[in-house]
Amino acid sequence: MSSNDRAWVATKKGLFELRRRGPGWAIEHVSFLGEPVSMFLPPATASSRMLASLTTGHYGTKLHASDDAGRSWTEVATPTYPPQPEGAEGPEWKLVLIWALEQVEGRIWAGTLPGGLFLSDDFGGSWQLVESLWNRRERLGWFGGGYPVPGIHSICPHPKHAAELLLGISCGGAWTTRDGGANWELTAKGMRANFMPPELADDPNIQDAHRIVRCAAAPDVLWCQHHGGIWRSTDAAASWHEITTAPVSNFGFAVAVHPGDPDTAWFVPAQADQCRVPVRAAMIVNRTRDGGRSFETLRAGLPQEHAYHLVYRHGLAVAYDGEHLLMASTTGGLWSSADGGNSWRTVSPSLPPAVAVRFG
Amino acid sequence: MARVFFTPQLQRFTATPEVETGAPTLRGALEAAFAVNPRLRGYVLDDQGHLRANVVVFIDGRRCSERVALADPLTAHSRIHVLQALSGG
Repeated sequence: MSSNDRAWVATKKGLFELRRRGPGWAIEHVSFLGEPVSMFLPPATASSRMLASLTTGHYGTKLHASDDAGRSWTEVATPTYPPQPEGAEGPEWKLVLIWALEQVEGRIWAGTLPGGLFLSDDFGGSWQLVESLWNRRERLGWFGGGYPVPGIHSICPHPKHAAELLLGISCGGAWTTRDGGANWELTAKGMRANFMPPELADDPNIQDAHRIVRCAAAPDVLWCQHHGGIWRSTDAAASWHEITTAPVSNFGFAVAVHPGDPDTAWFVPAQADQCRVPVRAAMIVNRTRDGGRSFETLRAGLPQEHAYHLVYRHGLAVAYDGEHLLMASTTGGLWSSADGGNSWRTVSPSLPPAVAVRFG
Repeated sequence: MARVFFTPQLQRFTATPEVETGAPTLRGALEAAFAVNPRLRGYVLDDQGHLRANVVVFIDGRRCSERVALADPLTAHSRIHVLQALSGG
């Protein structure tokens, strides 16, 4: 089985394993049925460990590990904030949610609400808060986007430099380390938050990057679905430029970039911040294949009448082959494409609310 | 000896020992349970050692309102029930 043939969907009522069957996909297995899964890390190889984060309603966030691709799970250590100093400003030092999990050469990075980044060198056996970022004075300028507290939702490793990592934060812009987390640089110059007071609109530290993804083959190229539109960087986030050509709507949460082609990216727009449904209740995917100079609006196979789906920031994924895509909505729709988004087929119309889709 | 009981709902996540303790305060009684199952601590208390927002404790039929110090006094015969707060739908 190649990593293009298996995928996972985290939902508010369990973690669903999918297998590719011919042109479509089938649900193979469900873990944690009934429990909210906020994020997971697929197994990097057939025999390697995977992680899943549960956000139990009463008892807080818990992390589980599986060494048999989700057939059995064991609870492991949960990232825990250190004691909060008396009078410390900012949000309470309490874990709210694990929002991002990435693996880089055996190191696991976890992005959380209220804005802390954690690192594990023993695959979930223990976690350390990355204090070099947490102690930055700028953190106190971050604020929540959709949650009462800020959160790290995107962790973009550099495929050629294990020590380089870019984070996307709602609402805290984008941050880059090039030395494995010892030092951090605010790298959101060029983004603009039109919803903020004019004197703060260009402040890189308060940008609401809904989701940031990096092209594996051209890692200097990053795409961002921002609260206020679409941005792209071609210089490893040293600067960002706005893409204004997206048709129908440029508001949304999800973005995926072709792993081999930095000019090809997909977006799933919603009408607007204040009306988070597809424009005219017809679901679409916007795709550019020329770096954002132009877009195609893809509809084939997607519901075009009375469709009120929202695809959240981690709800769109492209496989390693750049051709297979999966997309899941917060109203439980799941669709697949085998031709780069030209056409879609329904995998399920009735999953629990989905928060994340990943191949692997 | 005071006794601590945990909601059966917790058992789907982790073991919930029924402990007897001579601890003089609520926190001491909870610590006695955590000593038996250290994993239980994170289900009842948050990162800062405060009672989780959606967990509720009753001591001898009285709901504890103080959630930080957990210094409510116990008697030798106290019955402590750790429950989930009702919410959602």
